[in-house]
Amino acid sequence: MAAIKETVNTVAEIDLDNYKYGFTTDIEVDKAPKGLNEDIVRFISAKKDEPEWMLEWRLSAFRRWKKLEEPDWSSVHYPKIDFEDLYYYAAPKKKIELDSLDDLDPDILETYKKLGIPLKEQEILAGVKGASNIAVDAVFDSVSVVTTFKAKLAESGVIFCPISEAIREHPELVKKYLASVVPVGDNFYAALNSAVFTDGSFVYIPKGVRCPMELSTYFRINEPNTGQFERTLIIAEAGSHVSYLEGCTAPMRDENQLHAAVVEIVVMDDAEVKYSTVQNWYPGNSEGVGGVYNFVTKRADCIGKNSKVSWTQVETGSAITWKYPSCILRGDGSQGEFYSIAISNGYQQIDSGTKMIHLGKNTKSRIISKGISAGHSSNCYRGIVSTQRSATNVRNFTQCDSLLIGDKCSAHTIPYIEARNSSSTFEHEATTSKINDDVMFYCRQRGLNEEEAVAVIVNGFCKEVLQNLPMEFAVEAQKLVAISLEGSVG
Amino acid sequence: MLEIKNLQASVEEKPILKGLDLTINAGEVHAIMGPNGAGKSTLANVLAGQADYEVDGGSVSFHGEDLFELEIEERAAKGLFLSFQYPLEIPGVATMTFLKESINAQRKQRGENELSTPNFMKIVKEKAQQLNVTPEMLRRPLNVGFSGGEKKRNEILQMLLLEPSLCILDETDSGLDIDALRVVADGVNSLRSPDRAMLIITHYQRLLDYIKPDFVHILVDGKIVKSGGAELAHELERDGYKDIIASA
Ligand SMILES: Nc1ncnc2c1ncn2[C@@H]1O[C@H](COP(=O)(O)OP(=O)(O)OP(=O)(O)O)[C@@H](O)[C@H]1O
Ligand SMILES: [Mg+2]
Repeated sequence: MAAIKETVNTVAEIDLDNYKYGFTTDIEVDKAPKGLNEDIVRFISAKKDEPEWMLEWRLSAFRRWKKLEEPDWSSVHYPKIDFEDLYYYAAPKKKIELDSLDDLDPDILETYKKLGIPLKEQEILAGVKGASNIAVDAVFDSVSVVTTFKAKLAESGVIFCPISEAIREHPELVKKYLASVVPVGDNFYAALNSAVFTDGSFVYIPKGVRCPMELSTYFRINEPNTGQFERTLIIAEAGSHVSYLEGCTAPMRDENQLHAAVVEIVVMDDAEVKYSTVQNWYPGNSEGVGGVYNFVTKRADCIGKNSKVSWTQVETGSAITWKYPSCILRGDGSQGEFYSIAISNGYQQIDSGTKMIHLGKNTKSRIISKGISAGHSSNCYRGIVSTQRSATNVRNFTQCDSLLIGDKCSAHTIPYIEARNSSSTFEHEATTSKINDDVMFYCRQRGLNEEEAVAVIVNGFCKEVLQNLPMEFAVEAQKLVAISLEGSVG
Repeated sequence: MLEIKNLQASVEEKPILKGLDLTINAGEVHAIMGPNGAGKSTLANVLAGQADYEVDGGSVSFHGEDLFELEIEERAAKGLFLSFQYPLEIPGVATMTFLKESINAQRKQRGENELSTPNFMKIVKEKAQQLNVTPEMLRRPLNVGFSGGEKKRNEILQMLLLEPSLCILDETDSGLDIDALRVVADGVNSLRSPDRAMLIITHYQRLLDYIKPDFVHILVDGKIVKSGGAELAHELERDGYKDIIASA
């Protein structure tokens, strides 16, 4: 095992300090004072020009949050967060209601360019990003700065806009579905998010409509000490279909940044939602300083018969990830899928997995989780598959594979199964492996250096999940896998 | 091209190579034969840089450079290729992808441009056909579920693509059926050229009927005990190692 040992010895000097998205952008910002109280909630609501009912909703969420305790059941460790020491609102100062992209602050546009986001519709149409047809909502700190392709989507009745706009323009939909999947008091972070969420995306796909293009949102935290609390609500009416992708980055900062998002998806009869995430928040440096704390609640409610939801995630960033995209399989014959690649390096900690709650008959779920740990990181899969007594003929397949690079990292798999009837079938497979010395030697004998070899091996390990990403992003995700493991070997 | 002087190597403190000398010039084909456990694979692995083997003494120069100063992948990019006695499997990585990654990794090291996908595909198709490697095999994960013979053909396919200057073949013939042996030998022969050398490790005369060696060496207990021309392999086939070892 000499080769791996050598490799491992150098893991300590991981070059996380080369986080590619670590630049900051100097723009004038409009900020709320530090700290959290009812006045801040009012401030946010006023900034967003919200109707009275929304303010009341937020205030009651805030009061709820005050009564809740931070959860401590997961495997992640971090110093207590001082919620009074954060900013809860930061917005670029320039006018943000834009008529066209040309009005956007050039610095922000430049930022998104650096991030490789195809903001300009012309560019997209001209095929700059692989000729793909993607509508983009870009959220900068607390506000959505631009949504592309709105007009074209409107032709088919699709609504894709910042959630703050939906609250003003489509209050009936927001009132009906907001917190219908993740109740305000669901957990500490969900309650906090409900009180202070600042932006996020809203998607409505009418009955029978196949959304004509990929929808995607990019989140960027720029300001120091600023929490980002985004809220996404996706409603897929009967027989509709949509594929949605979110991407996230943040600058390198020595302080930890807090990100606590809530994503809710409502899926009606025969509708299908595919939700993909490429999460690359700043993970902290090689000593574990800085990085984003990512506490996320994502849940889909498959209300309708034969509805389907699929979560695909590539998680490479954040100092701490606490995230369990879940499916409530309520409608008979509904299906939930969870495909995950979680890569931890340096001192990153991941506690992530999924919940598949089978309530309807003949419901199916499939879980494929690939965890890769390197450096001093810890990577834990935590999942629940549960079936109610009345949910007969349930099927679940779970596969959790862990790959370890080096011997200072750890991987854990904690699957819970709660079966309340005997007609259900559960299959569970789990493997833990190490990158094999002989395979490394073989790759290097063919000319790949250690990093290239690891990237090839890891991409092979993750193949099943990568295949589930929308085409346009699969290639980028593959590169991201390679980048996030840079420095994990020799 | 390759000059091995008094090479000593051990594995887990156990000496295997005990003072081996061998010089290979461009254009030459050398065969190494020897009983099981003599150290043939050890020699191949030491040359390629496998870290389990400790070099205890001696020197090896490759294209005039100290071989042991070079990383495994640098040796590869400078033209050293080892066809493995037991090729490895890489789950999830399509054979085609792996081929492309390796050829481009080598080109990158040499400061050459990456091959474009269409260009690469054209070359692979041609070479694969030459070795009866089917498009289906190219799509499958590297060596996963391949039969012994398929794995060996896959090794030679990689060799044809990478066009190394020093081809080391460790028992490439074992596991091949009669037809495959011919196909593989033809493939190897197609690489023979005045600026390329080969080191062929084998137990059997068969392969050497197809790939005519210029020199045959007999390796026993970590040393070359006898060297000769192609006829030495015939002698060996006829008399076995006993006499040769005795007369050495
Ligand atoms: N990784 C290893 N660990 C322990 N012993 C080893 C290792 N590799 C080789 N050896 C030992 O070194 C000796 C030489 O092995 P090597 O594989 O070089 O023989 P060979 O000449 O190639 O034999 P064969 O004809 O059977 O392939 C053998 O005794 C073998 O058991
Ligand atoms: Mg051998």
